Amino acid sequence: MRSIPVPTGSRSGSTTSAVAPAAGAPRPGPAAAVRAVGVHKRFRTRAGVVTALQDVHLEVAAGEFVSLIGPSGCGKSTLLRLVADLEEPTSGELSVFGKAPRVAREAQDYGIAFQQAGLLPWRSVRGNVELPLELHGVGRRERAGRARELLALVGLSDFADHTPAQLSGGMQQRVAIARALAERPSLLLMDEPFGALDEMTRERMQTELVRICAESGAAVVFVTHSIPEAVFLSDRVVVMSPRPGRISAVVPIRLPGTGERTEGLREDAAFFAAVTAVREALHGGAAGTPAVAAPETAAGAPRGVDLR
Amino acid sequence: MSTTTSSAVRAAGGDVLRRALPPVLLGVVGLAAWQALVVAADVPPFLLPSPTAIVEQLVEVGPLVLEASLATGANVLVGTLLGAVVAVLAALLAARSRPVDAVLSPTAAAIAVLPIVALAPVLNTMFGTTTTTPRRLVVAAVVFAPVFVTTLRGLRQVLPVHRELLRSYAATPAQLARTVTIPGALPYLFTGLRIASSTGVIAAVVAEYFGGLQDGLGSRITSAAANSAYPRAWAFVVGAILLGLAVYLLTLAAERLVARRQGL
Ligand SMILES: Nc1ncnc2c1ncn2[C@@H]1O[C@H](COP(=O)(O)OP(=O)(O)OP(=O)(O)O)[C@@H](O)[C@H]1O
Ligand SMILES: [Mg+2]
Repeated sequence: MRSIPVPTGSRSGSTTSAVAPAAGAPRPGPAAAVRAVGVHKRFRTRAGVVTALQDVHLEVAAGEFVSLIGPSGCGKSTLLRLVADLEEPTSGELSVFGKAPRVAREAQDYGIAFQQAGLLPWRSVRGNVELPLELHGVGRRERAGRARELLALVGLSDFADHTPAQLSGGMQQRVAIARALAERPSLLLMDEPFGALDEMTRERMQTELVRICAESGAAVVFVTHSIPEAVFLSDRVVVMSPRPGRISAVVPIRLPGTGERTEGLREDAAFFAAVTAVREALHGGAAGTPAVAAPETAAGAPRGVDLR
Repeated sequence: MSTTTSSAVRAAGGDVLRRALPPVLLGVVGLAAWQALVVAADVPPFLLPSPTAIVEQLVEVGPLVLEASLATGANVLVGTLLGAVVAVLAALLAARSRPVDAVLSPTAAAIAVLPIVALAPVLNTMFGTTTTTPRRLVVAAVVFAPVFVTTLRGLRQVLPVHRELLRSYAATPAQLARTVTIPGALPYLFTGLRIASSTGVIAAVVAEYFGGLQDGLGSRITSAAANSAYPRAWAFVVGAILLGLAVYLLTLAAERLVARRQGL
């Protein structure tokens, strides 16, 4: 897994590694993987102006796992696309590892898995996983080795020479995830990557993702519709509300014991408590989950779910 | 697994047989009726020779028919390749630049509706009658339009998710073209080629009616007819039909192959 060097050398390392603080940051510390300050996004359409995002403040630390959850159309994908520099904010400030999103994209700081798998149908599964490496000039042998590792990771070793059309939707998604991981990015952007998977594969992939993130120290922004998934994976769950899309609550998840996210956690009472807290936040911030529309730089940090 | 595969193959084979049988039967019945009509009504050969007379000629001048088919076939091949290459290059340009598209698309439309074979005599004068160039140019011109139109459409079919994926990789325009746009346009290109191929064969044969070299099917048909050798003229017509069929099947196979490679 670690035998192949990082091609771009852009990895900022694990959460504990010291990174130079961003100049003029409100709080000194490592450069955040993602920092959004007062971000608005409006789409001009023929039917009128759609406000997809309104006044979004969010900070994702290096190595942190943050999930975005909220009803359909509340702007989760839009926020992810802004971070990926596939779309530009109408106003507000956005930075990725202290850089403008465009610079971060060109430096290959992030890997992305879209809501659709988006595999190239004329390439084999292996060829799809190798695509980013190929584009960035990684040699043939190294590419093949990396593709083998990644396909083993997502459990598709036997399908390396198949074409995407020969795979099920869930298998295609797993290929897309392998592709997103190919360059060991320090930031992973994932838009409902497990949406098409069956429950068993889904839980296995979640466990794998936790392991990959712990190993690589990558920060993750993860869009999902599943509350248990968000709770199991995340350090923080960001709850969004629609029309206009904004962040209505941030629920920190604190784990019992050593903080390991293992299968046992799924049956822990604290896990269910966290699920309930996120659900209540999602259904209108009831039962003492405060709506938070500011980054957690404020002194009175939002009350989260302490599972300790 | 293997038994289901082989039985599937057998079923597919049976399917082909079942689908091919009616047209073959119709052909046989038609030929029999043709023969009966010619014999019974004593139709003169310049009006319509009997199938047996044509087959007799086909056997007699078989090598000649083959030779003429190869000569015309070479014109079709070279002309088609030339027309397709120019069409693909033009489509690549048009896909990249609006102004180029504004010039090329109407041109292609105009070429598509013009009776290009009518150019053959003019080209004969331009290039001389001892070369195959005029015929090949006619084929190229006929092939150009359909291949241009379908390829351009294919180049424009890039899925947004693929475009964004390559953007996320900070890929250069050349990388985008090589890994996404061009492979995605290939099935369209081959569909255009299949559509163009039959008109290409017609153009190659008809272009020979306007003089020039006497080595191809078209020339042989006209000279046999001029010498009142009607069954022989028909034998060369059969050669033209077989050539058209061969070219069509070849391009169809290429189209299928590319489409299957892309999981379509
Ligand atoms: N390119 C666009 N042009 C116009 N409107 C857009 C565009 N992209 C998104 N929107 C609008 O922005 C809003 C948010 O869309 P977005 O795709 O971010 O939602 P989402 O939270 O990802 O939803 P889902 O959970 O269904 O994927 C929607 O109202 C959508 O119509
Ligand atoms: Mg979405």
